[in-house]
Amino acid sequence: MKIIVSVKQVPARDSNLRVDGTGKKLDESDLTYEINEPDAYALEEALQLKEKIGGEVVVLCAGPQRAAQTIREALAKGADRAIHVEVDESQSLDPLATARLLAKAIESERPDLILTGLQSDDSGYGQTGVILAELMGIAHATIIMEVEAEGAGIRVKRELEDGWFQHVSLPLPALLTIQSGIKKLRYATLMGIKKAKTKEVKVLSVAALGADAAPTLDTERVYPPQRVKQAHVFTGDAKQVAKQLVDKLKSEARVL
Amino acid sequence: MSILVFLEQRNGAWNRTSFETLDAAQKAAAELKVPVIAAVLGEGIEDKAGQLTAYDIAKVIAVEHPLLAQYTADAYTAAAEQVIRSVAPRFVLFPHTYQVRDFAPKLAVRFGKCLISDTVHLRAENNGLVATRQLFQGKLNSDIRAEDGAFISIQAGAFRAAEPANGSAQVEKFDVALAPEQIRSKPGEPFRESQRAVDLSSADLIVSVGRGIKDKDNLPIVEELANALGAEIAASRPICDNGWLPMERQVGSSGQTVAPRLYVAVGISGAIQHLVGMKGSRTVVAINKDENAPIFEIADYAAVGDLFEIVPALTEEIKKAKV
Repeated sequence: MKIIVSVKQVPARDSNLRVDGTGKKLDESDLTYEINEPDAYALEEALQLKEKIGGEVVVLCAGPQRAAQTIREALAKGADRAIHVEVDESQSLDPLATARLLAKAIESERPDLILTGLQSDDSGYGQTGVILAELMGIAHATIIMEVEAEGAGIRVKRELEDGWFQHVSLPLPALLTIQSGIKKLRYATLMGIKKAKTKEVKVLSVAALGADAAPTLDTERVYPPQRVKQAHVFTGDAKQVAKQLVDKLKSEARVL
Repeated sequence: MSILVFLEQRNGAWNRTSFETLDAAQKAAAELKVPVIAAVLGEGIEDKAGQLTAYDIAKVIAVEHPLLAQYTADAYTAAAEQVIRSVAPRFVLFPHTYQVRDFAPKLAVRFGKCLISDTVHLRAENNGLVATRQLFQGKLNSDIRAEDGAFISIQAGAFRAAEPANGSAQVEKFDVALAPEQIRSKPGEPFRESQRAVDLSSADLIVSVGRGIKDKDNLPIVEELANALGAEIAASRPICDNGWLPMERQVGSSGQTVAPRLYVAVGISGAIQHLVGMKGSRTVVAINKDENAPIFEIADYAAVGDLFEIVPALTEEIKKAKV
């Protein structure tokens, strides 16, 4: 089975986020980056599927030059090769623009399965996978917990709201968006890291792809949210904080 | 020109975000001075469509077809596409449900659009709409200009549910063309993993724990706090994904929705998926080291600092207070 895993590089969790001078995007000057967490689970699912039924895992990523690090890490974990759609640092990609690039980049690949995380931890649109499936004309299912082969197709377990689930059967090729936390993530081994250096990374520029990467959404402004409720804030010595909290819970909230 | 809003029902039950989305549509429509048209998809939905006539809308479109009885992305996209082409609205609104997440991005692309997903605020400006959505799980907001023809989905809990008023709308049946061979996926019946042993929705006091706890071995400090309070213990998704607490203790969009008198969030940053499950709590205490954590936006009492110091101290103080 040929599996493409589409991953995104995002600012590390707990990053100190600041808006830049344009007021429209993030100040990237001192951020560190990592693989988008749901995409890490998509990669894990792909690697386990390959171990079970054989085949090839190809990492696909659209991002600036720095995304090469995330791609290397995916190769070190066991992906076989990678395709990097290199975009300009200043270019902000929305889901439709990204999916257009990705679709073009894998036009000749003919994968059986495409996996990606259900959403990104940065912009959180949760759409790139679904749009990619539509552009490629293949079936899809979202928020997937389990994948198994079923005849010529697959059977997946899909998460619904409020603790409900559902099994869905799909023909191949198909695209799945994977839920976080469904498997234990592996670490790269030393051998894996060594091997990754020799694995193929095809770098494609937007121009070479001849794809339309123009933004389809018009962002007017990015800003920290205003607090809806004004919380009483307690800081400092833990004991003092605890005392003050208990006072409030007794006198104001009346829950003690 | 109108605002078209899709309301979601499954097996005859409305998804609660549908009426919040209707409220968003009504407010935007009032400012833009355009009518609201509501559409509902399914089979055997006459009753559901009839219920919508009690609301202040211009028209109800009932899209009935046997192939819409069970949700599939292919059938729902094809049906919604036909409705939108026929109505030609200025804006299309959806509740941001799991179902909408599954098909609306695909639908929007058929109109050359990118869905403005998970919108928390909508305002009219320069005879158009500006949609606010959250980035980085609520740490930043972004305002997006929604041009005519835009597709927008509305986050759960962002608007108050619309109330019936001035209902004079008629139900119009919409004939949709669907064929079985268009539908590539075969959905099974929805099921629950196991009967829930714990019903957090009726809990009076809840202590909930998130990623900040770092390790399973650290859970006892939170359990001691819960014991001291006489509270149920709950968790955000990553804790249950790791198997540190059972799934039935999970609060949020994929877990339980709770509304206790007191909700103590320990080491929970407050991703929106968690907040929608607990923002009905009467009093919220949040303990987190990151002063910019979104949980503090809905907290009444914010303890900014190291939970490993604050939680044991709080347990002690509560024990003293209860003596």
